Amino acid sequence: MSDERSGANILVESLVRQGVEFVFGYPGGAVLPIYDALFEHPQIRHILVRHEAGAAHAAEGYARSTGKPGVVLVTSGPGATNAITGIADAFMDSIPLVVITGQVPTALIGSDGFQEADTVGISRHCTKHNYLVKDPSDLAAVIDEAFQIATEGRPGPVLIDIPKDVQIASAPWHEAGPQRRNRYNPQTEGGADDIARAIELLARSRAPVFYTGGGVINSGPHASRLLRELQALTGAPVTSTLMGLGAFPADSADWLGMLGMHGTYEANMAMNQADLIVCVGARFDDRVTGRLDAFAPNSAKIHIDIDRSSINKTVPVDLPIIGDCGVVLQQLIDAWGSRKAANLADWKARIEGWRARKSLAYPDNDQAIMPQRAIQRLFELTRSRDPIISTEVGQHQMWAAQYFPFYQPNRWLTSGGLGTMGYGLPAAIGAQLGNPNDLVIDIAGDASIQMNIQELGTATQYRLPVKVFILNNEWMGMVRQWQELTYESRYSNSYSDSLPDFVKLAEAYGWKGIRIENESQLDDGIRAMIEHPGPVMVDCLISHEANCFPMIPSGAAHTEMILYGDTVAGTMDDEANALV
Amino acid sequence: MMKIKHEASERHVLAITVDNEAGILAKIAGLFTARGYNIDSLTVADISENHAVSRITIVTHGPPAQIDQIHAQLERLVPVHKVADLTEAGPHVERELALIKVAGTGDIRVEALRVAELFRAKVVDTTTKSFVFELTGAPDKLDSFIALMRELGLVEVGRTGIVGMIRGPEGA
Repeated sequence: MSDERSGANILVESLVRQGVEFVFGYPGGAVLPIYDALFEHPQIRHILVRHEAGAAHAAEGYARSTGKPGVVLVTSGPGATNAITGIADAFMDSIPLVVITGQVPTALIGSDGFQEADTVGISRHCTKHNYLVKDPSDLAAVIDEAFQIATEGRPGPVLIDIPKDVQIASAPWHEAGPQRRNRYNPQTEGGADDIARAIELLARSRAPVFYTGGGVINSGPHASRLLRELQALTGAPVTSTLMGLGAFPADSADWLGMLGMHGTYEANMAMNQADLIVCVGARFDDRVTGRLDAFAPNSAKIHIDIDRSSINKTVPVDLPIIGDCGVVLQQLIDAWGSRKAANLADWKARIEGWRARKSLAYPDNDQAIMPQRAIQRLFELTRSRDPIISTEVGQHQMWAAQYFPFYQPNRWLTSGGLGTMGYGLPAAIGAQLGNPNDLVIDIAGDASIQMNIQELGTATQYRLPVKVFILNNEWMGMVRQWQELTYESRYSNSYSDSLPDFVKLAEAYGWKGIRIENESQLDDGIRAMIEHPGPVMVDCLISHEANCFPMIPSGAAHTEMILYGDTVAGTMDDEANALV
Repeated sequence: MMKIKHEASERHVLAITVDNEAGILAKIAGLFTARGYNIDSLTVADISENHAVSRITIVTHGPPAQIDQIHAQLERLVPVHKVADLTEAGPHVERELALIKVAGTGDIRVEALRVAELFRAKVVDTTTKSFVFELTGAPDKLDSFIALMRELGLVEVGRTGIVGMIRGPEGA
C-alpha cells in the first residue's frame, strides 16, 4: 500500500511511527509546512518554547529523565543557530536527540537567502550525524536511521535539515516503513577473553574501585541494577562522575561520593591509592583526573565503554572492553559466578580513614544561610517525593552534586561536558512533561537562571508545576571563587549587578514567588514550594562568599585537594592557569 | 614565562572507506581541524561500481597516542566503513602522481629531458620552449625530481597526494 504525501506529512507520520509524544520547538518561515502538518495533531504534542536553546535543553531533560529520544523542531537560520548550544550540550553528554531544522528552498541554498544558514556545516562537529534531505522520497528512511543513530551505541544528537520545498513536494508513503541501510552496528558485547581477564584482575585486587559514569545511565535502568549486583559480588567501593550520579545508591556503605575536581576526599584518595580501577561508562575527563601524570599511578585500569575513541584518549588503560555497559556488566556477573569476594578489610579501613576527614563539612554561619545547608534541607524535605533534580552550571551545581544524594538513575539532569548555564530550567520543563506526576526541581544560581529565564512562560502555558530553587549569592559564584583562589581576589566582572526581583519576576509570569532570607525561613519556604500545586520560583538568599570545597585546583593531583579551612594562596603558576 | 610544548610525531598513511555521500569530505577534513590533527596529504575518489563508496587516503603525523585517536575518531563517523592504518599494517606501497612543467631552451632543455628519462618521467606535452612531465612514484622520488627541475626551468608543479596499498594478497 502506498500513497503520495507531502514531505511535511511524511515527517510527521515518521515521528508517530517512532513513538514520539512531544516535539519541542518554535515555528518560523522555513518550517511552516511542518507546523501545518502538526496542527491539532492527535498523537504528537508540540511544546512551544520561548527560545530555540530552550527547545534543545527541554528535549535533553525529557530524554535524560525518560530514556527516550528528545525531538526538536526549529526554523532555518537563527532558529537553527539558537539551538546549537543545546545540540553541542547533548553531544558532549551523549543525550539522544533528533533535531529537525527547516532550511530555505533547495534552489535558494547558497544564495545567502533570508534566514539561511549552513546548518549542516555549523552542526557537523556537534552532532553524531547530520543530513540535508533534498528529496521527500528520502525522508522516511533518513528519519528512521536518525532515530537509530541517536539512540544506539553511544547516544547523541542527530540533525535533519529539510528545505522548505522538500516539505511541500510529495513522495510515496509506504505503510510498511522504510528499508533500513543497516550501516550503523555498534559493538555491544565485550570479548570473552577480555571478560575473563577482567574477572581475573577483579578477583586478585586488594584495593579495587568502580569508577562509573553517564554510560551506566545511558545503558538503561537495568545497567544500574547490574552495577549494584556486581558491586555486591565483589565488594569494591564505588565512585561516580557528575554524569553518573544515581546509578549507585548514595546510602550504600560502599558509596564514596562523586570524584574529581569537587569530589570527596575519600573518592579521590581511593582513586589515587587503588590497585585496580574499573571504569564503567566514564571517559577520564579532565575534571575527573586532575593532573594526568599523577592520576591513579599504581593501579591497573579496566575501561568499559561503547565508544572506542574514549579508550586511551587521555589515560592509557590496561584492559579496554568495548561494549554497552549493561551488557558487559551482565557478562562480568556471569563470569564471576560463585566466586567469593576478596577480603577487602584493609582497603576499607583505609577508606574509612579518608572518610573521617569529613571533606564535605562546612563552617556554620549565623549571619547567612550556607548553600550546603540549603541543599541538605531541600533534600530532607523532598526525599519522600523522590524528586527529579536539574541544575544550571556553577557552584550551585556542584553543591547539588555533593549534598543532594541520589538513589536511582534518571533523577539527576545536569550539563556536565559542555557546562551550559541556562540548561536547568528548560531541562526541568522537559523532565516534567515526561514525568507528569513527579516533583521536578531546578537547582539554580542567580546568574545561570537568567540565561534561559524566558522559559518561565513555557511552564506557565503548559501548566507544568516545575520548581526553581535559586541559591542567590549575587555572584557568578564559581567565577568569583576561581578569581579569589587564583587571581588574588580581583573580581573582574563576576558580580551579578542589577539582579531582578525574582519574586516579582515569577509573579509576572504567573508563577508563585517565594523569598527565603534567613535560616528560620528555610524549611517553611521549601515546604511552601513543594505544597504549591503550580510552578514556584524560590529566591534563597545565601552567604555571598561561600566557596565550593573540596576542590582540586586545575593542574593539581588528587592528593592535593583543598578542604574547608585550608589556607589557599591567591595565585597559581602559568602552567596551572593555562588549564581550564 | 610559560612556553608551548611540542611532542615528537610519527607519519602514518590511513586508507578510509566511506559512503559516497554529500558532506563526507568536509566531515573528515573538519574532524582533523576540530581536534587539532594534521593533514599532510589527502586524496579521494570513487572506487565502487555503483558510485556508493569512496576511498580517502590521508597522510598525517602526530604522537602515537594521537594517531590511535585519529583512527578511533574516524571510525566513529557513521558514513565511515573502515579505517586502515597502512603504516601500522606493515609493508605497503605508496604512490603519487605529479605533473611538472619546465620551460627553457638550449642546454637546460636538453638536461631536463635527460633527467626525466633517468626518472622514467613521461613527456605529456611539449612546445619548443617547454615540457610537461608526468611522473609517478613514491613521494620522495617526486621530491628529488622536482628539486632537480628547480635548476632546470621549473614553472609549475601539480601533485595528486598519496594513494597506498598494503603488499601481499590481503586487502587492507
